[in-house]
Amino acid sequence: MSWIIMLPILLPLCTAVIMIFFRRSTALHRILNAAGTALMLGVSLVMLGSVQTGGILSLRIGGWEAPFGISLVADMLSSVMVVATAFIGFTTALYSLGTIDREREHYFYHPLLQLLLMGINGAFLTGDIFNLYVWFEVMLISSFVLLVLGGRPEQLEGAIKYVTLNLLSSSIFLAAVGILYGTAGTLNMADLAARIPLLGHRELLSVVGVLFMITFGIKAAIFPLFFWLPASYHTPPVAVSAIFAGLLTKVGVYAIMRFFTTVFIHEEAAFIHQVLLFLSAFTMVVGVMGAVAQYDMRKLLSFHIISQIGYMIFALAIQSPLAIAGALFYIIHNIVAKTNLFYVSGLIQRLKGSYDLREIGGVYRFYPMLGLLFLVPALGLAGIPPLSGFWAKFIVIKAGIDSEHYLLVGIALCVSMLTLYSMIKIWNEAFWKDDPRGEGSVEDEGYLLIPSMKKVMMVLPIVILGSVTIVFGFWFEPFFELADKAAVELLDSGAYIEAVMGGRS
Amino acid sequence: MYSVILATASRYLLVLLLMFSVFLLLRGHNEPGGGFVGGLVAAAAYALYFIANGIDAARTILRFEPLNIIATGLLVAIASTLPSLAAGEQFMTAVWIDTGVPLIGKVGTPLLFDLGVYFLVLGITLTILFSLAEEDRP
Repeated sequence: MSWIIMLPILLPLCTAVIMIFFRRSTALHRILNAAGTALMLGVSLVMLGSVQTGGILSLRIGGWEAPFGISLVADMLSSVMVVATAFIGFTTALYSLGTIDREREHYFYHPLLQLLLMGINGAFLTGDIFNLYVWFEVMLISSFVLLVLGGRPEQLEGAIKYVTLNLLSSSIFLAAVGILYGTAGTLNMADLAARIPLLGHRELLSVVGVLFMITFGIKAAIFPLFFWLPASYHTPPVAVSAIFAGLLTKVGVYAIMRFFTTVFIHEEAAFIHQVLLFLSAFTMVVGVMGAVAQYDMRKLLSFHIISQIGYMIFALAIQSPLAIAGALFYIIHNIVAKTNLFYVSGLIQRLKGSYDLREIGGVYRFYPMLGLLFLVPALGLAGIPPLSGFWAKFIVIKAGIDSEHYLLVGIALCVSMLTLYSMIKIWNEAFWKDDPRGEGSVEDEGYLLIPSMKKVMMVLPIVILGSVTIVFGFWFEPFFELADKAAVELLDSGAYIEAVMGGRS
Repeated sequence: MYSVILATASRYLLVLLLMFSVFLLLRGHNEPGGGFVGGLVAAAAYALYFIANGIDAARTILRFEPLNIIATGLLVAIASTLPSLAAGEQFMTAVWIDTGVPLIGKVGTPLLFDLGVYFLVLGITLTILFSLAEEDRP
């Protein structure tokens, strides 16, 4: 069964290759993109099922034994993340059908999306740190191209910041991998987890830990290394923004989670958890402050990503099983809600012609159902019961109180209020107030001009993701059990080592 | 600038260099060489031909679109992983068949993978080169 781990990586690659052969036919690209991601979703669900019943799956590529070759490992955490990736990939493929112009399609938009998904899946599934670096690069290179596709000046400006910071992070990553290999003599995560407690050179290991924290911190957009994110995420087409917002920073959070709960679990890690706690408070506050000040919808939402990352890092740094489960549930909830908000903002822009909240208004008067579709992810993100964000925040805050981090819990609650405030700001400005340009029916004609097929493709993903947010809220227990199981598995690195190394170490 | 000497020489050099690149590809299993170097040498062969005869002549003699060569390379590399699944081994494990024919000997999936790399490198280098060349066009 273990070959199934390869499929979430191979499928998008095959789809992309077929697309390159038939590059003249954008119609085929569209069908393949939707079909490929749907298939990937199916495969990843099967994988999650088999991990749930049969325990951790591991695949030794080329038949090389574990510490020498590259291992791919699917435990609960990885499989859940792959399911989320495939799901967001699928909805983005649908949303792209309604929003991406022919020009971008002609310049390989669809194959690039597939390669981006391949990189993300690879990063989630690999059990080797150097291989993780490679998947990060696959993901980043696809994202660079997706970011500049279209070539408008502001896109290039955003891309320069994005590329520079990410290249810096990659080189720190590479340096850290080099020092780690020099110290430990292995890069297999399971082997590292087994060996690190026995090593000398503790001071070098602390350096490695901090370097990894910085590099993953840049990818996850933690304070003070977040500024590339709001500078670039609002520039590409909204489908691209949405998938970036949903998935890319979470790969960084996943890497922190994997590295500092499975691999790096010794006295030096305690120091890093302290630093992360401290940074998480600043990340939450600075992110939401930035969001409150913005008037561009997508910039506002981009700052929100940062603030939400703060909650995840806070939960991660507490390190109790409940907190880790909370962090995982928070990640999944956030991926769904955040992507959805970007979809909605794209739809509003399509209807009203602008992302700027000062220039638009009156959406609710003409499209009351869209108001409902916006409120589900917006209130979900702010943490209003019974939507998914309530449970996510509830677990994180409960874990915070249990571990007596009262100050941070207080900050998290205040930030929650401000999150709600900024969501209400979008509601007031875009939906509630009258259109500042007068009550012309120009926008309605704009809406009528969209072909009905495209309309369906824009609204359908919003409905799908919105219903997931509601399902998470009302039918919370099975999902929490899943997250809890993943957390227990993650904190018990013995089982992980056993599964990958097969009893040897 | 058109040079008769270079244009004439490049016609013969193209064949020689391509043969050399295949030699490098096959040699790469046990000695220095392999798909990457082979692909680069093959791309250099076409690059020389293009410098001597211009972009259109180079495209004509290549016959295939460089982008299709990239896709073929990837497809061949993916295909090289399938025999391991059929043999029930771990993913990407090398599968060897002893043909028993002298000179050819054992043939295995690593060669197929290397062939994929060869096409991929050739395709990518030529895509970059040809796009740069066409940008120069008035």
